[in-house]
Amino acid sequence: MSVRVTWATALRVLTQLRRDPRTIVLLLGVPPFLLALLKGAYHQQPETFQHIGGPLVGLFPFSTMFVVTSITMLRERTTGTLERLMSLPLAKLDLLFGYGIAFAVVAVVQAGLTSAFAFGVLGLDTAGSTAAVVALAVGNALLGMSLGLFVSAFARTEFQAVQFMPAFVFPQLLLCGLFVARDQMIGVLQIVSDTMPLTYAFEALQSVTTEGSLGSRGALDVSVIVGATLLLLALGALTLRRRTP
Amino acid sequence: MLHGLSFDVAAGSVTGLLGPSGCGKTTLMRAIVGVQVIEAGRVEVLGAAAGSPPLRARVGYVTQAPSVYSDLSVRENLRYFARVLGAPEERIGAAIETVALEGQADQVVSSLSGGQSARVSLATALLGEPDLLVLDEPTVGLDPVLRRDLWGAFRDLASAGTTLLISSHVMEEAEHCDELLLMRDGELLATESPAALRARTGREQLDQAFLVLIEQSEAAA
Repeated sequence: MSVRVTWATALRVLTQLRRDPRTIVLLLGVPPFLLALLKGAYHQQPETFQHIGGPLVGLFPFSTMFVVTSITMLRERTTGTLERLMSLPLAKLDLLFGYGIAFAVVAVVQAGLTSAFAFGVLGLDTAGSTAAVVALAVGNALLGMSLGLFVSAFARTEFQAVQFMPAFVFPQLLLCGLFVARDQMIGVLQIVSDTMPLTYAFEALQSVTTEGSLGSRGALDVSVIVGATLLLLALGALTLRRRTP
Repeated sequence: MLHGLSFDVAAGSVTGLLGPSGCGKTTLMRAIVGVQVIEAGRVEVLGAAAGSPPLRARVGYVTQAPSVYSDLSVRENLRYFARVLGAPEERIGAAIETVALEGQADQVVSSLSGGQSARVSLATALLGEPDLLVLDEPTVGLDPVLRRDLWGAFRDLASAGTTLLISSHVMEEAEHCDELLLMRDGELLATESPAALRARTGREQLDQAFLVLIEQSEAAA
């Protein structure tokens, strides 16, 4: 591993993103827009908006980085730049960490703007600090990135990669407890949701926004987020092949 | 599928790998660079297994399709690859000059023509100081003036000690090479200099000479 190469990769990814202003506007504008829609939709049930809205601020970066990473990695594979990088003195970790740094930066900006809008303009409350919500959001962004990186190896086309969003992200969103408390789901789904990393991400965000701290299961939640990220990164590294047929 | 290939390439020489499309040129080059899955057999380059970590800084490779970031400018692409290689910044300008893209240096690659993108891809391989440079059809589709200039640049690199292996399916390019590897259907038909090939086949035109070789090998089979 080399700091120089990791850093160069992070800068390169950010430069590519900077070249695409429309994507930046979408990345930064869509989460506040969706929260505003949610507020309007739940205007008769403000307590439901409070329950869903706070954690959502920290969950947006997960799905965003999932899509962005899977498409970007697929492009690296199909345009031959990945093959070129693999023939150069570049460690796989340089590439993965470079992406991680770049997307963490984007996640900080995205979560910062979204929480400023949510807590400042939309009247959402958080018992814990905004910084704690943003920190969890960055963790979730990296989780989404590593999941996107791993599954991108199984997509041949961008159409397939885009369809991985409903396939891998929506089930986790539906079962994590955001819409229905997990203890009200049928038993088998509770067990399924126990295996999904987003369940723990939601739990941590909910504790922070409603109780003000990570709570009794905080250590477990954070370990699962970090552990799942590292595991998926390791699996993703296995899919970066130096030799291909 | 490649069969019983064995050849030497002299250090600091320009070797042309010639043969019709689909004969295995790219597969052979990928094997040498170490990005090809090898089913059976062994490939050694510069005394080490092809593609092994110490070789990655010593062997440069340019694929036939340009492999650069189309959403970055020419200079940004080169800056990134220079950092990955640990090459000094001054090399970037020199590489841009070699492929004659000074006027487009700050243009995004996706706005360039196909030939220009190919030259960006080539320029990235000129950044490091590889001992061996493997170029897959680097001059295809380029205008004659630029082709001549690039062959001049390849010759300069060779004089500076770099060994070049350059593929082409155009026989006239063979003229620029010290040594030729002539391939057909995954087999090497001949490894010799253009002069020796002419002498052996009695043909002045190299593509005619290649035809003679094919006929001879078919007669022998």
